[in-house]
Amino acid sequence: MKRGYFGGYGGQYVPETLMPALKELEKGFYTIVRSRGFKREFSGYLKDYVGRPTPLYFAGNISKRLGIRLYLKREDLCHTGAHKINNAIGQVLLAKRMGKKRIIAETGAGQHGVATATAAALLGLECVVYMGIEDMKRQAINVTRMEMLGAEVRGVDAGSRTLKDAINEALRDWVTNVRDTHYVLGTVFGPHPYPTMVKEFVSVIGKEAIRQLKTKEGRLPDAVVACVGGGSNAMGIFYPFIRYKEVGLIGVEAGGTGIETGRHAARFAGGRIGIFQGAKSYLLQDANGQVLKTHSISAGLDYASVGPEHCYLKDTKRAEYVYVRDDEVIEAFNLLCQEEGIIPALESSHAIAYVMKNPSQFREMLVIVNLSGRGDKDLATVVEYMKGNI
Amino acid sequence: MNRIVERFRLLKKEKRKAFIPYITAGDPNIGRTYDAIKLFAEGGADIIEVGVPFSDPMADGPVIQRAMERALRSGTTLKDVLEVVRKFRLAYDIPVVIMGYYNPFFQYGLERFGKDAKDAGVDGVLTVDLPPEEAVPMKRALNKNGMVPVFLATPVTDRVRIKVIKKVAEGFIYFVSVTGVTGEREGLPEEIKEKIKHIRTAIGLPTVLGFGISGPEMIERFYDYVDGFVVGSALVKRWEKACLSEEGASEFRTFFIDMAKACHGE
Repeated sequence: MKRGYFGGYGGQYVPETLMPALKELEKGFYTIVRSRGFKREFSGYLKDYVGRPTPLYFAGNISKRLGIRLYLKREDLCHTGAHKINNAIGQVLLAKRMGKKRIIAETGAGQHGVATATAAALLGLECVVYMGIEDMKRQAINVTRMEMLGAEVRGVDAGSRTLKDAINEALRDWVTNVRDTHYVLGTVFGPHPYPTMVKEFVSVIGKEAIRQLKTKEGRLPDAVVACVGGGSNAMGIFYPFIRYKEVGLIGVEAGGTGIETGRHAARFAGGRIGIFQGAKSYLLQDANGQVLKTHSISAGLDYASVGPEHCYLKDTKRAEYVYVRDDEVIEAFNLLCQEEGIIPALESSHAIAYVMKNPSQFREMLVIVNLSGRGDKDLATVVEYMKGNI
Repeated sequence: MNRIVERFRLLKKEKRKAFIPYITAGDPNIGRTYDAIKLFAEGGADIIEVGVPFSDPMADGPVIQRAMERALRSGTTLKDVLEVVRKFRLAYDIPVVIMGYYNPFFQYGLERFGKDAKDAGVDGVLTVDLPPEEAVPMKRALNKNGMVPVFLATPVTDRVRIKVIKKVAEGFIYFVSVTGVTGEREGLPEEIKEKIKHIRTAIGLPTVLGFGISGPEMIERFYDYVDGFVVGSALVKRWEKACLSEEGASEFRTFFIDMAKACHGE
């Protein structure tokens, strides 16, 4: 396979100005990140700062109700409330070792922005976060959190004013300040080495899950389910399971108000191969290759493309990709709140919703759902949805 | 011979610099684009750069972003861009370079694009987000039809990158004056003169300067270091006004002629 590619997907589709920075990052990744010293420092932060390992919790009430054995990988209990902190700390540590003075990031739901602002505060680097103004409205609490942490949040008033526009603006900043700035991309997307590097930082999730389930049940799960926006939480939990062919891997995309309505972010169901923001991957686009607006009740999944390695897993049939609608997500959100006393992020609720919707597919099975984040940030959205305003 | 190569030979003989004005096709509609490039041709352009609108132009500043939005709102597609070049080619022999982002070309189909672009009279293609490493399929499609792929070099282009670019580049090198996005700048860093000198010698192709060119004095300052100048945002900004009033139109023409004169050493 060509370096930086997963099957036919991935690559480095960026302007020439960024190529030296990507080469430098690639070198940093293969030398610094894989050095013993870095690994020790990184795992130290994961343990004592992030709070790893996160619990693998047996959701007994929902299990009984659905007739399955459901475990939740509690990434919502990570410091800052989502799995995003794993990648953010890894990249900011790397940036610091590479001598960068300034960190930039994009954010959709705000979780990656908060995580990056947190890591930058911890490690003493200047931090700017780009966020679509539509998302700033939807995730106001996270804007305040980032500012409290000392980051500057720059609102992006272009295009659909969501995640993809924030990435465009972050790329423009990076092109401009490429000499002293590291771009902390928040998911397994973008040009090589990001998909591989981010995967390496988040795959601690799946490694822990394997160990924990072995202790509790003495075996591997039958299925692992995770939501897929860019796809980092899914890749984080899938990756260590890939070699165990008997474990089913299911990625759940945002079906929005339904594929037929055109208001969704289900790239595998409604997209085709294209080149966008640095990578060749599945893309929601029109006949002329213009990128389409997407919709999801969850800002974190509201994105027109998807991590290239997920395309490869789909093509090789190692993973299956499905979607659920906004209304099913809200139902799952409520169920988890009421049955288990856990308020999940709307992103993670997609994974729960798929299992809930298909109990017969999972009957008597041992299933792990990656509960990628907590839902405090989504309360206003859920209330508005219940009132019928969304 | 490719019209771009031919033009640079002529310019060298006449000891002039290439004046390369840019316009986004379809801004505000494709009819006006024909007016613009006709005006370019008659006002002294040596090569004309025509932009294909894209929904997410990550290397462009606000002026060209807005131009692309206007172009997409008027429904402009790659097919329309080729159509306007075809019409232009019936009357003019000035080389045309298409500038764009990769996805619209990729969706059109590279084979088909190569053929149709050739038929329309396109001479070169600059794909902003297609570095040499990924450019083989595009280069093949262009070369098969007698066209050249144009590549960028930048202030951060080092020895390793020069080698990579040299392997694939044809026609000319587009040197990006600053790390950053397109858009007018008040001044350009002096140190790029050394960089340009080095790259121009090492790659051995005509090298033009673009990004941030805002007035004739800037052209004068870099005149001896390059083989031409691309003027983009400064024109696009004035073009927006030119489409709205006669006053704007005459300001556009004056600016255009001043820039052309500066490039031609007048």
